[in-house]
Amino acid sequence: MAEPVQRNTNEQEQPVPVLQQILDNPFLLLFLGVVMPTVFYILWGVMEIVTIPMAN
Amino acid sequence: MSELFRTCPRSGLVFHKAAESLIKFNAVTAVVFLAVGGVLGLLVVMTRWPAVHLLSADLFYQVLTGHGIIMLLVWIIFFEMAVLYFCSSTLLRCRLATPRFAWLGYVLMLGGAAITGVAILQGGSSVMMTSYVPMPAAPHFYLGLILFAVGALIGCFVFLGTLVVAKNERTYEGSIPLVTFGALTACIIAIFTIASGAIILIPTFLWSVGYISNIDPLMYRVIWWAMGHSSQQINVAAHVSVWYAIAAIVFGARPMSERVSRGAFLLYILFLQLASAHHILVDPGVGTEWKIFNTSYAMYLAVLASMVHGLTVPGSIEVAQREKGYTNGMFEWLRKAPWGNPVFSGMFISLVGFGFLGGITGVVMGTEQINLIIHNTIYVPGHFHPTVVLGTTLAFMALCYFLVPVLFRRELFLPGLAKWQTYLFGGGTALMSLFMMGAGTLGVARRHWDMAFSGAPFSFEFGGAAYMMMGLTGIFGVISVIGGAAFVIVIVGTILLGKKIEDKSEYSTARPAVLPMAPPAPANTGTGFIAPGTFALAVVFLATFVVYYFLNWMYLSSVWPMK
Amino acid sequence: MSALLPPSERIWGNHPLDKVEGTWIAIALVWCLFMFFMMPYWHVFGKQNYAGEAYRTTPAVYSAKVEKMVEAHTVRKETALDIPVVRPPAGSDVYLAGRLWSWYPALELEKDQTYRLHISSLDWQHGFSLQPINVNAQVVPGYEMVLTITPDKSGEYTIICNEFCGALHHTMMGKIYVVDR
Repeated sequence: MAEPVQRNTNEQEQPVPVLQQILDNPFLLLFLGVVMPTVFYILWGVMEIVTIPMAN
Repeated sequence: MSELFRTCPRSGLVFHKAAESLIKFNAVTAVVFLAVGGVLGLLVVMTRWPAVHLLSADLFYQVLTGHGIIMLLVWIIFFEMAVLYFCSSTLLRCRLATPRFAWLGYVLMLGGAAITGVAILQGGSSVMMTSYVPMPAAPHFYLGLILFAVGALIGCFVFLGTLVVAKNERTYEGSIPLVTFGALTACIIAIFTIASGAIILIPTFLWSVGYISNIDPLMYRVIWWAMGHSSQQINVAAHVSVWYAIAAIVFGARPMSERVSRGAFLLYILFLQLASAHHILVDPGVGTEWKIFNTSYAMYLAVLASMVHGLTVPGSIEVAQREKGYTNGMFEWLRKAPWGNPVFSGMFISLVGFGFLGGITGVVMGTEQINLIIHNTIYVPGHFHPTVVLGTTLAFMALCYFLVPVLFRRELFLPGLAKWQTYLFGGGTALMSLFMMGAGTLGVARRHWDMAFSGAPFSFEFGGAAYMMMGLTGIFGVISVIGGAAFVIVIVGTILLGKKIEDKSEYSTARPAVLPMAPPAPANTGTGFIAPGTFALAVVFLATFVVYYFLNWMYLSSVWPMK
Repeated sequence: MSALLPPSERIWGNHPLDKVEGTWIAIALVWCLFMFFMMPYWHVFGKQNYAGEAYRTTPAVYSAKVEKMVEAHTVRKETALDIPVVRPPAGSDVYLAGRLWSWYPALELEKDQTYRLHISSLDWQHGFSLQPINVNAQVVPGYEMVLTITPDKSGEYTIICNEFCGALHHTMMGKIYVVDR
């Protein structure tokens, strides 16, 4: 067990940086991690296939 | 309902009883499948070794289908379930959320794997892991995969649920540990992977029973690979987490910077899965912009993340070693590392092998135009064996050497064998992969029974160099399988025959102490550049990368002009 | 064991980087961007690309096009199977079909002439793999890929199949003869 340690006492009052807020939010990350590949890989890819023209 | 916990006196880890059983069952099931897949791998490599050419064509394709599915999905996802439960319940000192659902997931995965296994054994489903339509497999081949995927999805939600429980019940201070964050990354990628698998495999199952008349084969390829490739990205996130965990376990290393390491995992979450496009680069249509954006993980931002992990993991080890006094020169910290401890050696070989062999070749072959001279050659398995076998499997093996004695409370069986196993397995796999890449560069096809093309209407002969490469692939493949067998012997031996450790860690209903924040780093003695040795190694890596990258462009520029 | 423990402070999102990490991230980012821009660069200035030309088709329609070309331009037949060798006019559309288990027909092309090589499958997926130069493409039924090629060396080239397509996959073979004018 770690010894009780002296920590920065001001830190409770500091604002949490935005990056840390994102990284501490698993469900936001889940949302991003599913939406990004769904939009850029799957939906865009399906659009590319659907728009392949018919051979004449 | 009271929850039972025990604290392992040697490792300090706190195990929730229900989670502990689930970790054991998932990990042991994984190792059993690894053993089966290894035997199949031996048969594959003995057939592709031209001088041996063991199996008949039919049997070869059947065995290769089984090898692919067992190794790339079953072994690895069972083990990842164990990793997810460990990284949530054990690391956060929290009860596992809904153990009954976790068991349901386990049963579905086992049942699904068995059903697909039966389909392959029956012989009507030798369609390779990819099961590209319109080549048909038996309906239960797809059904088993779907059940397996549903089971794994349940495991992912149990992991997320445990994170929620831990937060609500305040079992830890501050943010979740980095290793748990890496596992979260793996879990998120897994959810996308499984959803993609469902989108494509459910219609394919309906097609196989005659309910749907047609599956567009190009659509199948694009969506199937959102599962097929992303499933290997789960592995990347999981084995990078294991690297961080082992650096902490063996050296007490702390991450060089939480912000950088977690930021790199965020880049994985955002971009890693786009690389499924690696498989579509020389497909008809599907526009150039789509190919370039996706194959490069949006401007190689996920590659950047891997390069960051590749620096910060050994960098954190270097810092920890220097603090212990190994400060002479650039590399004393590395020379004095515990090379006889398979937990460390396995992890380090995994790191180097994944970076130099798996990583560099993955980026090079995933370059849109260079893929023209690599697609579907045996170079491709020559790339993914260093990622999945050297990178993931070896990292998981290294973790097992730590975790199995802790979980089963037994001493490691044949520790001398364990000490050599990582080198044997790592070396064999690395050299096998190198020779596969060499043969692939010369044009030898993957998933191909006979490089002499017996029975073809025309004749074509690969040169002596290609045959030599395939022979060496055979030899080192056998060595790799022997290394894998040594692992299975050590682990199964430990569980069944290992000397019992009397550690008096009884289960109790007392709530475990809150997981404290890490002790603060000692006041920084230097003014920066705290890991010069690691930086030098990273520069060597980059130089190798650059040279190899341009070599391939040069090779490409020598073939017929085409557009 | 701090990768296994929560960060040592509640707020870690603004910690400064060590120079080792900062320098490496900068170098790696430059390399990543370079590799990214290499691909569009090669599309403009490089000679080996596939620009993505493709059409939707059906095996029946595609097969008819292949047969029409075979009837018009067959110059000889080879092997015991009488496989036609087709010599299409320079610059023309050339139709190659992958099927279980052959590449049909064999082709004779002139060196340094440009052809629009159409490739499709009449049944399952196949892998176009041209040896010994090792140029590869995925061949998907229902889609017609157009690769505009300019063979720049004469000689005998072999097409093998490198996408698994069933029991006799390893016997699937075709030929492209490149001849001097």
